[in-house]
Formats: sequence, structure tokens, C-alpha cells
Amino acid sequence: MNDLALLARAERFLSVLRHCQKLGMRVHAANTDGMTLVLPYSPQIAGDAQTGLVHGGVLTTLMDTTCGMATLCVLPEFELCPTLDLRIDHMHPGEAGKDVYGFAQCYRVSRDVIFTRGYAYQNDPAQPIAQVVGTFMRLGKSIKVGVGAPLATLGGEA
Amino acid sequence: MNARNLREQLNQAHARGDYAPLLELIPYAGLIGIECARQGDELLFRLPANPDNVGNPILPAIHGGVIAGFMELAALLHVMVFTGTGSIPKIIDFSIDYLRAGHVRDTYARCQLWRQGRRVTNVAITAWQGVEAEPIATARAHFKIEEPTDT
Repeated sequence: MNDLALLARAERFLSVLRHCQKLGMRVHAANTDGMTLVLPYSPQIAGDAQTGLVHGGVLTTLMDTTCGMATLCVLPEFELCPTLDLRIDHMHPGEAGKDVYGFAQCYRVSRDVIFTRGYAYQNDPAQPIAQVVGTFMRLGKSIKVGVGAPLATLGGEA
Repeated sequence: MNARNLREQLNQAHARGDYAPLLELIPYAGLIGIECARQGDELLFRLPANPDNVGNPILPAIHGGVIAGFMELAALLHVMVFTGTGSIPKIIDFSIDYLRAGHVRDTYARCQLWRQGRRVTNVAITAWQGVEAEPIATARAHFKIEEPTDT
């Protein structure tokens, strides 16, 4: 899949995630190296009304989405990959009022599991505000987003 | 807000069992809609079902990041109430294991303060929907706290 098709697939995927739409998240870049999303700053995502600093939980949402969508970069066909676990280390408090970028890539793709890692940054990718590792389950190719999705397949938990 | 004001507000909230004034200090708490109630000496957190929190349109299921944010917020409030800190604790790291899909239903969380050091606390969080013994996620977090002052 070329980068343009990947970008289109990523944008389509993000567009159906209602909470991400509520946060105004967008695809910044998508290629074979990895996925970059952007979370625009807004006062509603602050963890402290006085400082306006973004709450850690919003960064977890950004990075869970970015790591999950990084699987699009390595899988030839779409597979739904729910998060198995995620760890986020907060390096710096970040700056209030600035958009946050999330970058993630897959560093191991096995038959059942995909290992991802990434980071969140504002000004400089070399000075991340948070580092993340996350593991995702592969549910297989039979599950597709969109009309006619086999709901029953997903109803039973893996 | 200075440390004494925050502590007073915390003590009042805990005495009345009304934590809404505390949640108002945290805009993100309002965005996802977390609620907090006192149960005896414990705190029970609730995240009411809300279509805006959905992150999987097929199931549908709550966004894993929202579940994590809810649990981090629960841990933060738990630490604030039970350590008597004079400022909002800072998150150091957060680790979550997803055990079951979070359906679009009310979600609950309870916290356990495993260790309160002088500067750092360790908190475990459990989230469930129908049955508490069947959690949808477990998590743990470290927070940096300012040393409680005896005022």
C-alpha cells in the first residue's frame, strides 16, 4: 500500500471514532515509518483549570489511538486490533495552549500480537512530553469497519 | 488556589460527600463526565454511559483512552482526598491492562493506595461495569505529591 492510500485509510478510520472527533484529532502523517496524529489544544482537555495543562488521560487517549492506528502502517489488510495493555511515562508537563502530536510505530508484528511504541510531543519530537509502549491483539481479517460488519464476531470476546 | 484553600475544599467535599466542586477544578473531568460518591470511608467513581466517549463504532465500545483517563482521574481524586495534599498531584506514569470490552454502559472504578511515600504514591485502580469481580480494566499509577503539611 502506498503512503497516499495509507493516509486515506487512516483518515477514514479516525473519522469513525466518535471520541476522537469530539477531541478534534486529525491524521498529521502516515507512512511506512509510523503514524502521526495531532490533538488540537482546547481548554476542555486541561487537567487543571488554573494552569491549563493537558490532562494525562487525554495524552493516553491520543497515544492509545496513535499506537492502535500504527498497526495500519504494517498490516496489508485492515484488522481490528484492540489494546491489550498500554504504559505511558510522563517526561515533561508540556505547555498549555499548544497542540500535541502523537507518533507511534510497530516494532514487532507476530501472528497474534503487535508491539508498538511511541511518544507525544509539542515543539520538538526529540523532546517528548510522554513515552508510550502498547500491545495490541490481532483479531484477524474477517472483521471490517463499515456497513455489514460482522457484529456477532466481535460480540464474543477474544 | 493556595495549598490551604485546596485542603479546605477537599475536607469539605469529603465531609459532605459532594465532590462536584473538586471536579470543577479539572476541566477534563467534565469532558468525559466522571462522578464521585462516598461509600462509607471509600470513594466510588462512576463514568455514566455517553455516546461521545465511544472509540469503537462496531461493538460499540468506550474508547480505551477514555477508560484510562477515567481511571487516572479516579486515582488522582483518590490520592487528593486520602493524602491531604495541598496541590493537584502530578502523574509520573500510568499502566493499564484491558481485560474486557467496555460497552456503552455506566462504568465504575475503585482505587487502592498501596504506598504513600513522602514524594511519590502508588495507586491501583480497578474498573468494571456489571460485576465488580469481572473488571474491564486494571491499572496502576504513580503520582508525585507535595509533602502534606500539618495545617
